Amino acid sequence: MKNQYETVFILTPVLSDSQMKEAVTKFKDIITSGGGEIVNEEDWGLRKLAYPIQKKTTGFYHLFEFKAEPEFVRTLEIQYRRDERIIRFLTFRLDKYAVEYSEKRRNKRQAVATEAAAAPTTTSTVKEG
Amino acid sequence: MANNQGEIRYLTPQSVEVKKKKYCRFKRNNIKYVDYKDPEFLKRFLNEQGRILPRRITGTSLKFQRKVAQAVKRARHLALLPFVTDMLK
Repeated sequence: MKNQYETVFILTPVLSDSQMKEAVTKFKDIITSGGGEIVNEEDWGLRKLAYPIQKKTTGFYHLFEFKAEPEFVRTLEIQYRRDERIIRFLTFRLDKYAVEYSEKRRNKRQAVATEAAAAPTTTSTVKEG
Repeated sequence: MANNQGEIRYLTPQSVEVKKKKYCRFKRNNIKYVDYKDPEFLKRFLNEQGRILPRRITGTSLKFQRKVAQAVKRARHLALLPFVTDMLK
């Protein structure tokens, strides 16, 4: 039975842009190849951390929302632990209220994106205003 | 005149603070899910040191106090909220 999960992870700021993109696509492939199906993806970009993690005060935040089998989450987290570019991650199962909420949030963000619509931004990499 | 110990007499009766009826904001505008991803909203439930405010001050119901606490702990894990700080607001 597929549950809906939401995972947020933080990449070290020391990465160059290409490495960061490569890390993100690597995890996207892990999810899709592992039988998961990505529902939504958000990139919060470089953000200041509330407290230093591994002596770093900023980090690249990235969010994936996906549907997957429960067993799959374990393999995903092993991948996270193995990759040293990830300094922190959190996976979380969405209950029915959470799913509803994320639905609403996604539409709101798309509305903001289309309304802003300066450049043809793809819905997936929408920057949080 | 020797002030008598311990027994303080006030000129005017101490006005007891009128008790404002507290309500649970989640029930009132039926929010069902507390999102751990936006720290601005969660900050209202933290005091200056970044600690979670008790229910008797915020007036939230038990069910939602637990959801808020869970969300705050997740936000702290993701460094969206500090564990302890001095000037949060």
